[in-house]
Amino acid sequence: MSLLSITDMKVSYGHIEAIKGVSLAVEEGEVVTILGANGAGKTTLMRTISGLLKPTAGTITYDGNDITQTRADAIVGLGIAHSPEGRRVFGTLTVEENLMLGAYTRPRTEALETRKQVYDLFPRLLERRLQLSGTLSGGEQQMLAIGRAMMAKPRLLMLDEPSLGLAPIIVKNIFAALADVRKTGVTILVVEQNARIALKLADRGYVLEVGKIVHEDTAKALMASSEVQEAYLGKG
Amino acid sequence: MDIFLQQLINGLTVGSIYALIALGYTMVYGILRLINFAHGDLAILGAFIGLTVITGLAGSGGAPANWIVIVAFVLAVLVVAIAGVLLEFTAYRPLRNAHRLSAVVSALGASMFIQNGIMLIWSPQTLTFPEGIMPQTTYNFGSVVISATQIFIVTVSLLLMLALYLYVNKTRFGTAIRAAAIDQDAARLMGINVNKVITSVFILGPALGAIGGLFIGVYYRQAVFDMGWIYGLNAFIAAIIGGIGNIPGAMIGGLLLGLFSSLASGYISSTWQQAIVFGLLILILMVRPTGILGERVADKV
Repeated sequence: MSLLSITDMKVSYGHIEAIKGVSLAVEEGEVVTILGANGAGKTTLMRTISGLLKPTAGTITYDGNDITQTRADAIVGLGIAHSPEGRRVFGTLTVEENLMLGAYTRPRTEALETRKQVYDLFPRLLERRLQLSGTLSGGEQQMLAIGRAMMAKPRLLMLDEPSLGLAPIIVKNIFAALADVRKTGVTILVVEQNARIALKLADRGYVLEVGKIVHEDTAKALMASSEVQEAYLGKG
Repeated sequence: MDIFLQQLINGLTVGSIYALIALGYTMVYGILRLINFAHGDLAILGAFIGLTVITGLAGSGGAPANWIVIVAFVLAVLVVAIAGVLLEFTAYRPLRNAHRLSAVVSALGASMFIQNGIMLIWSPQTLTFPEGIMPQTTYNFGSVVISATQIFIVTVSLLLMLALYLYVNKTRFGTAIRAAAIDQDAARLMGINVNKVITSVFILGPALGAIGGLFIGVYYRQAVFDMGWIYGLNAFIAAIIGGIGNIPGAMIGGLLLGLFSSLASGYISSTWQQAIVFGLLILILMVRPTGILGERVADKV
Protein backbone atom coordinates (compact mmCIF):
# COMPACT_ATOMS: atom_id res chain seq x y z
CA MET A 1 0.00 0.00 0.00
CA SER A 2 1.28 3.41 -0.93
CA LEU A 3 1.96 5.98 1.76
CA LEU A 4 0.12 8.59 -0.30
CA SER A 5 -2.21 7.95 -3.17
CA ILE A 6 -4.33 10.37 -5.11
CA THR A 7 -7.13 9.23 -7.39
CA ASP A 8 -8.78 11.27 -10.13
CA MET A 9 -8.40 14.49 -8.21
CA LYS A 10 -9.80 17.74 -9.57
CA VAL A 11 -9.29 21.17 -8.01
CA SER A 12 -10.88 24.44 -9.11
CA TYR A 13 -10.53 28.11 -8.28
CA GLY A 14 -14.03 29.36 -8.96
CA HIS A 15 -14.72 28.40 -12.57
CA ILE A 16 -11.12 27.71 -13.43
CA GLU A 17 -10.05 24.11 -13.09
CA ALA A 18 -6.39 24.01 -12.10
CA ILE A 19 -6.08 20.24 -11.59
CA LYS A 20 -8.02 18.24 -14.16
CA GLY A 21 -8.03 14.69 -12.87
CA VAL A 22 -4.68 13.69 -11.40
CA SER A 23 -3.75 10.29 -10.00
CA LEU A 24 -0.43 9.56 -8.39
CA ALA A 25 1.16 7.45 -5.69
CA VAL A 26 4.12 7.87 -3.38
CA GLU A 27 5.63 4.83 -1.67
CA GLU A 28 7.14 4.94 1.81
CA GLY A 29 10.83 5.92 1.69
CA GLU A 30 10.69 7.21 -1.86
CA VAL A 31 11.69 10.60 -3.19
CA VAL A 32 9.19 11.65 -5.84
CA THR A 33 9.38 14.82 -7.85
CA ILE A 34 6.69 16.63 -9.76
CA LEU A 35 8.01 18.63 -12.67
CA GLY A 36 6.16 21.22 -14.63
CA ALA A 37 6.20 24.74 -15.95
CA ASN A 38 4.71 27.79 -14.26
CA GLY A 39 0.95 27.40 -13.95
CA ALA A 40 0.95 23.64 -14.50
CA GLY A 41 -0.81 23.19 -11.16
CA LYS A 42 2.12 21.99 -9.04
CA THR A 43 1.50 24.31 -6.12
CA THR A 44 -2.25 23.70 -6.28
CA LEU A 45 -1.57 19.97 -6.05
CA MET A 46 0.64 20.44 -2.98
CA ARG A 47 -1.81 22.77 -1.26
CA THR A 48 -4.61 20.29 -1.82
CA ILE A 49 -2.64 17.39 -0.34
CA SER A 50 -1.89 19.40 2.80
CA GLY A 51 -5.55 20.40 3.13
CA LEU A 52 -5.36 24.13 2.40
CA LEU A 53 -7.52 23.58 -0.68
CA LYS A 54 -10.35 21.09 -1.03
CA PRO A 55 -10.69 19.09 -4.24
CA THR A 56 -13.93 19.19 -6.23
CA ALA A 57 -13.57 15.50 -7.08
CA GLY A 58 -11.37 12.52 -6.29
CA THR A 59 -9.77 11.20 -3.13
CA ILE A 60 -6.52 11.57 -1.23
CA THR A 61 -5.47 8.59 0.84
CA TYR A 62 -2.61 8.74 3.31
CA ASP A 63 -1.40 5.71 5.23
CA GLY A 64 -4.68 3.93 4.47
CA ASN A 65 -6.91 6.78 5.66
CA ASP A 66 -9.02 9.05 3.49
CA ILE A 67 -7.82 12.59 4.25
CA THR A 68 -9.67 14.33 1.42
CA GLN A 69 -11.85 16.34 3.81
CA THR A 70 -9.42 16.55 6.75
CA ARG A 71 -8.52 20.07 7.96
CA ALA A 72 -5.00 21.30 7.16
CA ASP A 73 -4.03 21.70 10.82
CA ALA A 74 -5.09 18.13 11.56
CA ILE A 75 -3.19 16.71 8.57
CA VAL A 76 0.12 17.94 10.06
CA GLY A 77 -0.50 15.77 13.09
CA LEU A 78 -0.94 12.72 10.82
CA GLY A 79 2.63 13.13 9.59
CA ILE A 80 2.51 15.31 6.48
CA ALA A 81 4.60 18.49 6.62
CA HIS A 82 4.55 21.05 3.84
CA SER A 83 7.22 23.64 3.14
CA PRO A 84 5.22 26.05 0.99
CA GLU A 85 6.14 27.89 -2.19
CA GLY A 86 7.82 31.20 -1.47
CA ARG A 87 9.01 29.91 1.92
CA ARG A 88 6.34 31.75 3.93
CA VAL A 89 8.48 32.04 7.06
CA PHE A 90 6.97 34.15 9.85
CA GLY A 91 9.06 37.26 9.21
CA THR A 92 8.58 39.04 12.53
CA LEU A 93 9.28 35.91 14.57
CA THR A 94 12.78 34.67 15.33
CA VAL A 95 14.36 31.69 13.61
CA GLU A 96 13.90 29.64 16.76
CA GLU A 97 10.24 30.63 17.15
CA ASN A 98 9.65 29.61 13.53
CA LEU A 99 11.23 26.24 14.14
CA MET A 100 9.28 25.60 17.33
CA LEU A 101 6.05 26.41 15.50
CA GLY A 102 6.97 23.67 13.04
CA ALA A 103 6.73 21.27 15.98
CA TYR A 104 3.47 22.81 17.23
CA THR A 105 1.71 19.42 17.30
CA ARG A 106 4.52 17.67 19.21
CA PRO A 107 5.66 17.61 22.85
CA ARG A 108 8.38 20.16 23.63
CA THR A 109 11.08 17.70 24.69
CA GLU A 110 10.79 15.78 21.40
CA ALA A 111 10.76 19.05 19.51
CA LEU A 112 14.03 20.14 21.11
CA GLU A 113 15.65 16.91 19.94
CA THR A 114 14.52 17.45 16.37
CA ARG A 115 15.66 21.07 16.58
CA LYS A 116 19.16 19.85 17.30
CA GLN A 117 19.06 17.69 14.17
CA VAL A 118 17.84 20.65 12.12
CA TYR A 119 20.66 22.81 13.47
CA ASP A 120 23.15 20.05 12.59
CA LEU A 121 21.78 19.98 9.07
CA PHE A 122 21.68 23.78 8.68
CA PRO A 123 24.32 25.31 10.99
CA ARG A 124 23.48 28.75 9.58
CA LEU A 125 20.15 28.58 11.37
CA LEU A 126 21.90 27.96 14.68
CA GLU A 127 24.10 31.02 14.12
CA ARG A 128 21.02 33.13 13.47
CA ARG A 129 18.62 31.49 15.86
CA LEU A 130 17.60 34.71 17.65
CA GLN A 131 17.39 36.82 14.51
CA LEU A 132 14.00 37.80 13.06
CA SER A 133 13.50 35.48 10.12
CA GLY A 134 12.44 38.36 7.85
CA THR A 135 16.02 39.61 8.02
CA LEU A 136 17.52 36.35 6.71
CA SER A 137 18.78 35.96 3.14
CA GLY A 138 16.61 34.05 0.67
CA GLY A 139 18.73 30.92 0.99
CA GLU A 140 18.62 31.03 4.77
CA GLN A 141 14.86 31.50 4.68
CA GLN A 142 14.56 28.43 2.47
CA MET A 143 16.67 26.45 4.95
CA LEU A 144 14.38 27.69 7.69
CA ALA A 145 11.26 26.71 5.75
CA ILE A 146 12.62 23.19 5.19
CA GLY A 147 13.85 22.93 8.78
CA ARG A 148 10.50 24.13 10.07
CA ALA A 149 8.72 21.41 8.06
CA MET A 150 11.16 18.82 9.42
CA MET A 151 10.32 19.94 12.96
CA ALA A 152 6.97 18.15 12.60
CA LYS A 153 8.98 14.95 12.19
CA PRO A 154 6.87 14.01 9.19
CA ARG A 155 6.66 10.67 7.41
CA LEU A 156 5.91 12.63 4.25
CA LEU A 157 7.88 15.83 3.68
CA MET A 158 6.46 18.02 0.92
CA LEU A 159 8.67 20.72 -0.54
CA ASP A 160 7.32 23.27 -2.99
CA GLU A 161 10.05 24.81 -5.18
CA PRO A 162 12.96 24.80 -2.74
CA SER A 163 15.15 26.34 -5.47
CA LEU A 164 12.85 29.29 -6.17
CA GLY A 165 14.75 32.55 -6.56
CA LEU A 166 18.03 31.25 -5.17
CA ALA A 167 21.56 31.45 -6.57
CA PRO A 168 22.81 28.16 -8.14
CA ILE A 169 25.42 27.60 -5.43
CA ILE A 170 22.75 27.88 -2.72
CA VAL A 171 20.41 25.57 -4.61
CA LYS A 172 23.24 23.05 -4.68
CA ASN A 173 23.74 23.36 -0.90
CA ILE A 174 20.06 22.93 -0.20
CA PHE A 175 19.74 19.84 -2.37
CA ALA A 176 22.87 18.39 -0.74
CA ALA A 177 21.10 18.85 2.60
CA LEU A 178 17.98 17.19 1.18
CA ALA A 179 20.10 14.22 0.11
CA ASP A 180 21.08 13.91 3.77
CA VAL A 181 17.46 14.19 4.82
CA ARG A 182 16.41 11.34 2.53
CA LYS A 183 18.99 9.08 4.21
CA THR A 184 16.95 9.35 7.41
CA GLY A 185 14.23 7.40 5.59
CA VAL A 186 11.65 10.15 5.33
CA THR A 187 9.48 10.10 2.22
CA ILE A 188 9.85 13.27 0.15
CA LEU A 189 7.54 14.78 -2.43
CA VAL A 190 9.24 17.70 -4.12
CA VAL A 191 7.85 20.07 -6.71
CA GLU A 192 10.42 21.78 -8.91
CA GLN A 193 10.91 23.88 -11.99
CA ASN A 194 14.60 23.07 -11.84
CA ALA A 195 14.16 19.59 -13.30
CA ARG A 196 17.81 18.69 -13.49
CA ILE A 197 18.57 18.99 -9.81
CA ALA A 198 15.22 17.51 -8.76
CA LEU A 199 15.67 14.42 -10.93
CA LYS A 200 19.14 13.90 -9.46
CA LEU A 201 17.60 13.66 -6.00
CA ALA A 202 14.45 11.73 -6.90
CA ASP A 203 13.70 8.05 -7.44
CA ARG A 204 10.67 8.71 -9.61
CA GLY A 205 9.01 11.66 -11.22
CA TYR A 206 5.77 12.90 -12.69
CA VAL A 207 5.46 15.60 -15.31
CA LEU A 208 2.47 17.88 -14.89
CA GLU A 209 1.16 19.98 -17.78
CA VAL A 210 -1.86 22.28 -17.43
CA GLY A 211 -3.43 20.23 -14.68
CA LYS A 212 -2.76 16.77 -16.07
CA ILE A 213 0.01 14.23 -15.65
CA VAL A 214 1.63 13.64 -19.03
CA HIS A 215 4.65 11.51 -18.04
CA GLU A 216 5.46 9.21 -15.20
CA ASP A 217 8.67 7.25 -14.90
CA THR A 218 11.81 6.62 -12.91
CA ALA A 219 14.03 9.66 -12.49
CA LYS A 220 16.69 8.05 -14.68
CA ALA A 221 14.29 7.37 -17.51
CA LEU A 222 12.82 10.86 -17.31
CA MET A 223 16.30 12.34 -17.46
CA ALA A 224 16.99 10.30 -20.58
CA SER A 225 13.66 10.99 -22.25
CA SER A 226 14.01 13.33 -25.21
CA GLU A 227 10.67 15.01 -24.52
CA VAL A 228 11.61 15.86 -20.96
CA GLN A 229 15.06 16.95 -22.06
CA GLU A 230 13.58 19.28 -24.62
CA ALA A 231 10.92 20.78 -22.41
CA TYR A 232 12.55 20.87 -18.97
CA LEU A 233 16.27 20.27 -19.25
CA GLY A 234 17.01 22.79 -21.95
CA LYS A 235 18.48 20.42 -24.51
CA GLY A 236 17.21 20.66 -28.06
CA MET B 1 4.06 72.72 37.21
CA ASP B 2 1.24 71.51 39.44
CA ILE B 3 -1.23 71.62 36.58
CA PHE B 4 1.23 69.68 34.51
CA LEU B 5 1.68 66.96 37.13
CA GLN B 6 -2.05 66.77 37.80
CA GLN B 7 -2.84 66.39 34.11
CA LEU B 8 -0.06 63.82 33.85
CA ILE B 9 -1.72 61.71 36.55
CA ASN B 10 -5.16 62.10 35.01
CA GLY B 11 -3.78 61.37 31.55
CA LEU B 12 -2.03 58.25 32.75
CA THR B 13 -5.30 56.99 34.23
CA VAL B 14 -7.38 57.64 31.12
CA GLY B 15 -4.51 56.47 28.93
CA SER B 16 -4.25 53.09 30.59
CA ILE B 17 -8.00 52.63 30.07
CA TYR B 18 -7.63 53.56 26.39
CA ALA B 19 -4.75 51.11 26.14
CA LEU B 20 -6.81 48.24 27.57
CA ILE B 21 -9.60 48.87 25.08
CA ALA B 22 -7.18 49.52 22.20
CA LEU B 23 -5.70 46.04 22.67
CA GLY B 24 -8.99 44.48 21.56
CA TYR B 25 -9.05 46.51 18.35
CA THR B 26 -5.46 45.74 17.54
CA MET B 27 -5.61 42.00 18.28
CA VAL B 28 -8.69 41.44 16.13
CA TYR B 29 -7.23 43.57 13.36
CA GLY B 30 -3.97 41.64 13.60
CA ILE B 31 -5.68 38.34 12.86
CA LEU B 32 -8.66 39.25 10.68
CA ARG B 33 -7.64 42.62 9.18
CA LEU B 34 -11.02 43.80 10.44
CA ILE B 35 -11.91 46.75 12.62
CA ASN B 36 -14.35 45.40 15.18
CA PHE B 37 -16.50 48.51 15.47
CA ALA B 38 -18.59 46.81 18.14
CA HIS B 39 -15.58 46.61 20.47
CA GLY B 40 -16.22 49.94 22.24
CA ASP B 41 -19.81 48.88 22.88
CA LEU B 42 -18.64 45.55 24.29
CA ALA B 43 -16.38 47.48 26.67
CA ILE B 44 -19.30 49.63 27.82
CA LEU B 45 -21.43 46.51 28.19
CA GLY B 46 -18.81 45.58 30.79
CA ALA B 47 -19.49 48.86 32.60
CA PHE B 48 -23.23 48.13 32.72
CA ILE B 49 -22.79 44.55 33.92
CA GLY B 50 -20.49 45.89 36.63
CA LEU B 51 -22.98 48.62 37.49
CA THR B 52 -25.76 46.09 37.95
CA VAL B 53 -23.62 43.86 40.16
CA ILE B 54 -22.39 46.79 42.25
CA THR B 55 -25.82 48.35 42.68
CA GLY B 56 -27.37 44.97 43.49
CA LEU B 57 -24.79 43.91 46.03
CA ALA B 58 -24.34 47.34 47.60
CA GLY B 59 -28.11 47.69 47.99
CA SER B 60 -28.46 44.34 49.71
CA GLY B 61 -25.94 45.49 52.32
CA GLY B 62 -23.50 43.33 54.22
CA ALA B 63 -21.04 42.55 51.44
CA PRO B 64 -17.71 44.33 51.86
CA ALA B 65 -16.94 46.90 49.15
CA ASN B 66 -13.74 45.19 48.03
CA TRP B 67 -15.56 41.97 47.33
CA ILE B 68 -18.32 43.74 45.48
CA VAL B 69 -15.77 45.33 43.19
CA ILE B 70 -14.02 42.01 42.53
CA VAL B 71 -17.29 40.19 41.76
CA ALA B 72 -18.33 43.05 39.47
CA PHE B 73 -15.10 42.84 37.47
CA VAL B 74 -15.16 39.04 37.22
CA LEU B 75 -18.77 38.94 36.03
CA ALA B 76 -18.22 41.81 33.58
CA VAL B 77 -15.24 39.97 32.10
CA LEU B 78 -17.12 36.68 31.82
CA VAL B 79 -20.26 38.09 30.24
CA VAL B 80 -18.41 40.32 27.80
CA ALA B 81 -16.00 37.53 26.78
CA ILE B 82 -19.00 35.33 25.98
CA ALA B 83 -20.57 38.22 24.08
CA GLY B 84 -17.32 38.62 22.14
CA VAL B 85 -17.29 34.98 21.09
CA LEU B 86 -20.98 35.14 20.11
CA LEU B 87 -20.27 38.30 18.11
CA GLU B 88 -17.53 36.57 16.15
CA PHE B 89 -19.69 33.51 15.49
CA THR B 90 -22.74 35.42 14.33
CA ALA B 91 -21.45 38.65 12.79
CA TYR B 92 -17.99 37.86 11.43
CA ARG B 93 -17.45 34.13 10.88
CA PRO B 94 -20.20 33.75 8.24
CA LEU B 95 -18.52 36.61 6.33
CA ARG B 96 -14.97 35.26 6.62
CA ASN B 97 -14.64 34.79 2.85
CA ALA B 98 -16.89 37.64 1.84
CA HIS B 99 -15.83 41.06 0.62
CA ARG B 100 -14.00 43.15 3.24
CA LEU B 101 -16.68 45.83 3.14
CA SER B 102 -19.41 43.34 4.13
CA ALA B 103 -17.60 42.61 7.37
CA VAL B 104 -17.23 46.34 8.08
CA VAL B 105 -20.97 46.87 7.60
CA SER B 106 -21.63 43.86 9.82
CA ALA B 107 -19.34 45.36 12.47
CA LEU B 108 -21.22 48.66 12.40
CA GLY B 109 -24.51 46.78 12.64
CA ALA B 110 -23.24 44.78 15.60
CA SER B 111 -22.19 48.04 17.28
CA MET B 112 -25.70 49.47 16.94
CA PHE B 113 -27.23 46.20 18.06
CA ILE B 114 -25.22 46.11 21.29
CA GLN B 115 -25.71 49.82 21.93
CA ASN B 116 -29.47 49.57 21.53
CA GLY B 117 -29.51 46.34 23.48
CA ILE B 118 -27.88 48.14 26.42
CA MET B 119 -30.41 50.97 26.11
CA LEU B 120 -33.36 48.57 26.13
CA ILE B 121 -32.08 46.41 28.99
CA TRP B 122 -30.86 49.23 31.22
CA SER B 123 -31.98 52.73 30.39
CA PRO B 124 -31.65 55.52 27.84
CA GLN B 125 -30.71 57.78 30.79
CA THR B 126 -27.32 58.31 32.39
CA LEU B 127 -26.94 55.88 35.28
CA THR B 128 -24.69 56.60 38.24
CA PHE B 129 -22.53 54.25 40.26
CA PRO B 130 -23.28 54.18 43.99
CA GLU B 131 -20.95 56.11 46.27
CA GLY B 132 -18.44 54.46 48.55
CA ILE B 133 -17.77 51.40 46.46
CA MET B 134 -14.35 52.39 45.24
CA PRO B 135 -11.86 53.49 47.93
CA GLN B 136 -12.33 57.19 48.65
CA THR B 137 -8.82 57.84 49.84
CA THR B 138 -6.89 60.60 48.12
CA TYR B 139 -3.26 61.48 48.42
CA ASN B 140 -2.16 65.10 48.26
CA PHE B 141 1.24 66.17 47.05
CA GLY B 142 1.14 69.95 47.26
CA SER B 143 -1.84 70.78 45.13
CA VAL B 144 -1.56 67.58 43.12
CA VAL B 145 -4.22 65.04 44.06
CA ILE B 146 -3.99 61.34 43.35
CA SER B 147 -6.97 59.16 44.22
CA ALA B 148 -6.76 55.54 45.27
CA THR B 149 -9.06 54.75 42.33
CA GLN B 150 -6.51 56.21 39.95
CA ILE B 151 -3.73 54.14 41.48
CA PHE B 152 -5.96 51.06 41.26
CA ILE B 153 -6.79 51.67 37.59
CA VAL B 154 -3.22 52.34 36.50
CA THR B 155 -1.74 49.43 38.48
CA VAL B 156 -4.28 46.85 37.36
CA SER B 157 -4.04 48.05 33.73
CA LEU B 158 -0.26 47.86 33.66
CA LEU B 159 -0.29 44.40 35.25
CA LEU B 160 -2.86 43.14 32.75
CA MET B 161 -0.85 44.54 29.85
CA LEU B 162 2.32 42.92 31.16
CA ALA B 163 0.46 39.61 31.52
CA LEU B 164 -0.90 39.83 27.99
CA TYR B 165 2.51 40.73 26.62
CA LEU B 166 4.11 37.72 28.32
CA TYR B 167 1.28 35.43 27.23
CA VAL B 168 1.54 36.44 23.59
CA ASN B 169 5.33 36.50 23.45
CA LYS B 170 6.43 33.69 25.73
CA THR B 171 3.85 30.91 25.50
CA ARG B 172 3.25 28.34 22.80
CA PHE B 173 -0.31 29.42 22.12
CA GLY B 174 0.78 33.06 22.17
CA THR B 175 3.33 32.33 19.46
CA ALA B 176 0.56 30.60 17.50
CA ILE B 177 -1.53 33.79 17.78
CA ARG B 178 1.36 35.84 16.39
CA ALA B 179 1.97 33.31 13.62
CA ALA B 180 -1.69 33.30 12.57
CA ALA B 181 -1.61 37.10 12.48
CA ILE B 182 1.30 37.00 10.03
CA ASP B 183 0.15 34.24 7.66
CA GLN B 184 -2.95 32.14 8.31
CA ASP B 185 -2.22 29.47 5.71
CA ALA B 186 1.36 29.02 6.87
CA ALA B 187 0.04 28.79 10.44
CA ARG B 188 -2.33 26.00 9.39
CA LEU B 189 0.62 24.14 7.88
CA MET B 190 2.21 24.23 11.35
CA GLY B 191 -0.83 22.44 12.76
CA ILE B 192 -2.33 25.57 14.30
CA ASN B 193 -6.11 25.60 14.43
CA VAL B 194 -6.66 29.16 13.21
CA ASN B 195 -10.34 29.18 14.19
CA LYS B 196 -9.31 28.48 17.76
CA VAL B 197 -6.84 31.37 17.60
CA ILE B 198 -9.56 33.69 16.32
CA THR B 199 -11.93 32.61 19.10
CA SER B 200 -9.20 33.21 21.68
CA VAL B 201 -8.68 36.72 20.38
CA PHE B 202 -12.41 37.37 20.71
CA ILE B 203 -12.14 36.23 24.34
CA LEU B 204 -8.99 38.16 25.29
CA GLY B 205 -9.87 41.44 23.54
CA PRO B 206 -13.41 41.83 24.92
CA ALA B 207 -12.28 40.62 28.38
CA LEU B 208 -9.69 43.40 28.56
CA GLY B 209 -12.21 45.80 27.02
CA ALA B 210 -14.76 44.95 29.72
CA ILE B 211 -12.24 45.83 32.41
CA GLY B 212 -11.48 49.10 30.60
CA GLY B 213 -15.20 49.83 30.30
CA LEU B 214 -15.84 49.19 33.97
CA PHE B 215 -12.83 51.37 34.84
CA ILE B 216 -14.52 54.19 32.94
CA GLY B 217 -17.68 53.54 34.93
CA VAL B 218 -16.07 53.57 38.37
CA TYR B 219 -13.72 56.45 37.49
CA TYR B 220 -16.41 58.84 36.25
CA ARG B 221 -19.07 57.10 38.35
CA GLN B 222 -21.55 57.04 35.50
CA ALA B 223 -22.58 55.05 32.45
CA VAL B 224 -24.61 55.96 29.36
CA PHE B 225 -25.69 53.39 26.78
CA ASP B 226 -24.01 55.17 23.85
CA MET B 227 -20.67 56.05 25.38
CA GLY B 228 -19.09 53.01 23.74
CA TRP B 229 -18.97 55.08 20.59
CA ILE B 230 -16.68 57.86 21.83
CA TYR B 231 -14.52 55.71 24.09
CA GLY B 232 -14.27 53.10 21.36
CA LEU B 233 -13.27 55.76 18.88
CA ASN B 234 -10.55 57.08 21.18
CA ALA B 235 -9.21 53.59 21.82
CA PHE B 236 -9.30 52.90 18.09
CA ILE B 237 -7.29 56.09 17.50
CA ALA B 238 -4.86 54.91 20.17
CA ALA B 239 -4.45 51.60 18.35
CA ILE B 240 -3.75 53.41 15.09
CA ILE B 241 -1.27 55.80 16.70
CA GLY B 242 0.63 52.83 18.11
CA GLY B 243 0.45 50.90 14.84
CA ILE B 244 -2.68 48.82 14.39
CA GLY B 245 -2.06 45.09 14.67
CA ASN B 246 0.85 45.66 17.04
CA ILE B 247 0.18 44.77 20.69
CA PRO B 248 2.87 46.89 22.41
CA GLY B 249 1.85 49.63 19.97
CA ALA B 250 -1.69 49.67 21.34
CA MET B 251 -0.36 49.98 24.88
CA ILE B 252 1.96 52.87 24.00
CA GLY B 253 -0.67 54.51 21.79
CA GLY B 254 -3.25 54.36 24.58
CA LEU B 255 -0.98 55.89 27.18
CA LEU B 256 0.22 58.61 24.79
CA LEU B 257 -3.32 59.47 23.73
CA GLY B 258 -4.45 59.68 27.36
CA LEU B 259 -1.56 61.95 28.31
CA PHE B 260 -1.94 64.10 25.23
CA SER B 261 -5.69 64.63 25.52
CA SER B 262 -5.39 65.32 29.23
CA LEU B 263 -2.65 67.90 28.72
CA ALA B 264 -4.61 69.41 25.84
CA SER B 265 -7.67 69.85 28.01
CA GLY B 266 -5.57 71.23 30.88
CA TYR B 267 -3.58 73.75 28.89
CA ILE B 268 -5.62 74.53 25.80
CA SER B 269 -9.31 73.82 26.16
CA SER B 270 -11.38 70.94 27.41
CA THR B 271 -14.10 71.80 24.89
CA TRP B 272 -11.63 71.37 22.06
CA GLN B 273 -10.03 68.26 23.56
CA GLN B 274 -11.61 65.82 21.13
CA ALA B 275 -10.82 67.97 18.11
CA ILE B 276 -7.21 68.18 19.26
CA VAL B 277 -7.10 64.39 19.56
CA PHE B 278 -8.33 64.00 15.98
CA GLY B 279 -5.75 66.58 14.93
CA LEU B 280 -3.05 64.45 16.50
CA LEU B 281 -4.35 61.42 14.63
CA ILE B 282 -4.21 63.26 11.30
CA LEU B 283 -0.71 64.52 12.06
CA ILE B 284 0.57 61.05 12.93
CA LEU B 285 -1.04 59.49 9.88
CA MET B 286 0.67 62.11 7.73
CA VAL B 287 4.11 61.64 9.23
CA ARG B 288 3.98 57.93 9.99
CA PRO B 289 1.02 56.19 8.35
CA THR B 290 1.90 52.83 9.92
CA GLY B 291 1.80 54.24 13.46
CA ILE B 292 4.62 54.32 15.98
CA LEU B 293 5.41 50.60 16.01
CA GLY B 294 3.73 49.53 12.76
CA GLU B 295 5.68 47.27 10.39
CA ARG B 296 9.00 47.09 12.08
CA VAL B 297 10.45 44.53 9.72
CA ALA B 298 9.88 44.24 6.00
CA ASP B 299 9.47 40.66 4.83
CA LYS B 300 11.89 39.63 2.16
CA VAL B 301 10.21 38.02 -0.82
